[in-house]
Amino acid sequence: MTYITKPAVRHPALEKNALGLTRRDYEGAMSTLCAGCGHDSITASIIQAFFELAIPPHRAAKLSGIGCSSKATAYFMNEAHGFNGVHGRMPAIATGANAANRDLVYIGISGDGDSLSIGLGQLCHAIRRNVNMLYVLENNGVYGLTKGQFSASADVGTVSKRGEVNRHGPIDPVSLALTVGATFVARSFSGDRKQLVPILKAGLTHRGFAIVDVISPCVTFNDHEGSTKSYAHTRTHSYEVVQTDFVPLMTEITAEQDRDDVTAVTMHDGSTVMFRSVAEDYDPTDRDAALSFLRASQAKGEVATGLLYLEDSSEDMHAFENTVDRPLVDVPFGDLCPGSATLEELQKEWR
Amino acid sequence: MHPTDVSNPDYYHKVVDCQWACPAHTNVPEYIRLIAQGRYTDSYLLNRESNVFPGILGRTCDRPCEPACRRGRLEGEGPVAICRLKRVAADLRGDITDSLPKIPEKKNGKRVALIGAGPASLTVANDLMPLGYECVLYEKHGKLGGLMRTNIPAFRLPPAVLDEEIAMIMDMGVELHLNTPIESLKELLDDGGFDAVFVGTGAPRGKNLELPGRYDSDKIYIGIDWLESVAFEHLDSIEERVLVIGAGNTAMDCCRTSKRLGGTDVKVMARKPRDLFKASDWELEDAEGEEIEILENHSPVDFVVEDGVLKGMHFDIVEWHEGEDGRLASETLETIFLPCEAIILAIGQENAFPWIERGIGIDFNSWDMPIVDRTTHQSTRPGVFFGGDSAWGPENIIWAVEHGHQAAVSVHNHCQGVPLSERPPFGMNLVSQKMGMHEWSYSNDYDPENRTPMQYADLEERLKELNVEAELGYNLEETVREVQRCLNCDIQTDFTPVLCIECDACIDVCPLDCLTITDNGDEADLRGRLTAAAVNGDQDIYVSDALPQTKRVMVKDEDLCVHCGLCAERCPTAAWDMRRFELYIPYAGQPWPTTISTAPTTSL
Repeated sequence: MTYITKPAVRHPALEKNALGLTRRDYEGAMSTLCAGCGHDSITASIIQAFFELAIPPHRAAKLSGIGCSSKATAYFMNEAHGFNGVHGRMPAIATGANAANRDLVYIGISGDGDSLSIGLGQLCHAIRRNVNMLYVLENNGVYGLTKGQFSASADVGTVSKRGEVNRHGPIDPVSLALTVGATFVARSFSGDRKQLVPILKAGLTHRGFAIVDVISPCVTFNDHEGSTKSYAHTRTHSYEVVQTDFVPLMTEITAEQDRDDVTAVTMHDGSTVMFRSVAEDYDPTDRDAALSFLRASQAKGEVATGLLYLEDSSEDMHAFENTVDRPLVDVPFGDLCPGSATLEELQKEWR
Repeated sequence: MHPTDVSNPDYYHKVVDCQWACPAHTNVPEYIRLIAQGRYTDSYLLNRESNVFPGILGRTCDRPCEPACRRGRLEGEGPVAICRLKRVAADLRGDITDSLPKIPEKKNGKRVALIGAGPASLTVANDLMPLGYECVLYEKHGKLGGLMRTNIPAFRLPPAVLDEEIAMIMDMGVELHLNTPIESLKELLDDGGFDAVFVGTGAPRGKNLELPGRYDSDKIYIGIDWLESVAFEHLDSIEERVLVIGAGNTAMDCCRTSKRLGGTDVKVMARKPRDLFKASDWELEDAEGEEIEILENHSPVDFVVEDGVLKGMHFDIVEWHEGEDGRLASETLETIFLPCEAIILAIGQENAFPWIERGIGIDFNSWDMPIVDRTTHQSTRPGVFFGGDSAWGPENIIWAVEHGHQAAVSVHNHCQGVPLSERPPFGMNLVSQKMGMHEWSYSNDYDPENRTPMQYADLEERLKELNVEAELGYNLEETVREVQRCLNCDIQTDFTPVLCIECDACIDVCPLDCLTITDNGDEADLRGRLTAAAVNGDQDIYVSDALPQTKRVMVKDEDLCVHCGLCAERCPTAAWDMRRFELYIPYAGQPWPTTISTAPTTSL
């Protein structure tokens, strides 16, 4: 952590978005994470994505559980709503919040411990319900807050800072999400902002549960030789399977994006996500093919990145539950809870 | 781009905008930190090393440092009041007698003549006396200081300050001949027995305005001559209505002096529009603060004198247009008459060397000025050197001081038989300022305060007497406030590429978007695709060696860096470090200064 806060003085030529805000207006408190933490880099990408989409900060809600990753919600968008919940229970809280106010933009920040150990069940059910939110899983393979024990995403054979070798098989959040029916599945790397920002923007625009597994090196406990989630290892072993570009609504599609090998998927709000498969024959709209591809690359020790699967036509939680369009928080209490007389009437039907 | 060579002193020197802009390269951030620590004497001595006259310059410097100050490029801020802080150090310092250079008892047998007792000659003496030279100073007036004495009014520069700082040099044992104008350089060269001669006679001739009526009245004065008469108390009054012609700093001194000698209605008349005035902004403001009217676009036509009595002057009111050749041309709108009883001409000054004979080896150019080498200050006759305004026309005190330093290097080389081209190089040192995990030896937090305004003596009081100093100087509270505004640009962000793991932490935390990791390219291309485009071509960009993991490069645009140190604080591998850059300035006979002052390693 630092002793001073980031000075408010800013570059005079700083770009403004449609709301007249600069990137600096999307910042939060000073990070207290270790210097060089991948999570801080992800925070910067989140700030960039929200800024570029011109989402009003006060119309966003940030949710998290426990862990280094979960502290990160404090480090962006000071003006947004926030909820820091119990360990692993963020998905339930997000589900509840989203049920009550479907109009906010939800972003959940979690880590490999929060999501794949204590909160594994919670994550699966949020995916099943297709809660409309962006779920960022900041994945470093260790429990950094408790000094670097292996987490559930640690690869077989990875070596801890003290020299132990991990022998438990990892839970791969991407494969897991595909298996339980996620409609937006991506993987990226904190050190690759060019790839991460468009994915985050697409994820924020996606109607339904968008999970992004971001490899985020733990600079203190998992950035050494022998680690499979270090900066150096991720840079040498990750490869981009799908190149993604996000084109907001009303933006002209340029010639480059109009190439033959580019697939365009129109999102529900009219914006477009453009894909270009770098790996031959990879189809990011085919769930089964994606799964087998991922298994194969995992077996080779490779980290496949990019927007790996997208299905934007699916129904989200509110569609499943057939709720009204109006956010429930705005529905008068009398309509939400019509009173005992109405209940009495209703119960007469079953008498 | 090739990786930046930060071991070349110029690179980091250029980042310290004020120091780079200062002709004498005064170590501004360090002396401001010393003031912040209450070490006024040390701050004064550090100043003295490079600019020799901190007390004088703290009041009168033309301040090339301030327009260069990085804070001026941050929106709505104003530069640090560098000059006024120098005055604080000079006003509050203790006794420095023991810290002045020691003069050797045994001389080195070389004699140097210095002509004219202004800042240039005095600086030469200051640099040469400690090396054992015998310096002989000739001055045509009965007092020392040159233009600092004759042209800068007492309300801007109290004589006591001038006397004290000149005495520091004279007390080194300079042989002085007052009231001794040199009438013939040839004689001095032939009969003086000198090993070298330095000419520091300034630009003593005020320009005239040859318009009808010029010689019909004795109430039309040449500005610098008039100021000189006032300084030597030959004149102590002026008429009520005064017109000052010209809009340079001398004009400002003339009009403000007139106000103190009885002028009640004093106007400054300028031909050009205000943005083209030669006077510094602050001098214009100071004049206007004393109820002096400054009229632009008034071109003098003639002097109106009736029966030997000056009645006023005609002016064309003009409009300026840029012609096809890019030069400004004026168009007269109307002609007006302004009544007055006295006129002071302050439209420039020039050199004059009636006392330098032709044919003694000193070549003159087509403007009848001696040909002087820009680096060595030597004329075409070996052993004769020029500096200050006498070298290439009017500049200012701080340039005269730097000329003096350079001429002293040349004189020393000349006398020791070393080629003048062998000039001692600049050197540098870099020292990490890390005190702890997140603690630096300097106050790194950015202070958003605006520039502290200067307080002035009561208007009525200061106009009563010529020697009431107009500016009060910063008090302790104002000083404390102003020193914190300095960005410590000499505490450099120093990068060690081999340590970088490309985590982007520095880029994310930088408040001014100075940093980028990207693929290398040529300069124009790189400047365009940084986190924030580097549009200020005057400011360098730093490019690192290829980074270990991805072979990209770290690029830093130095333009707006506020030296907050957050990049270094957020760097997990200490690839970024905050290191204090010290420029080693070579002076005659001492490749590096002998008294290197450093701030103690405790934060404020």
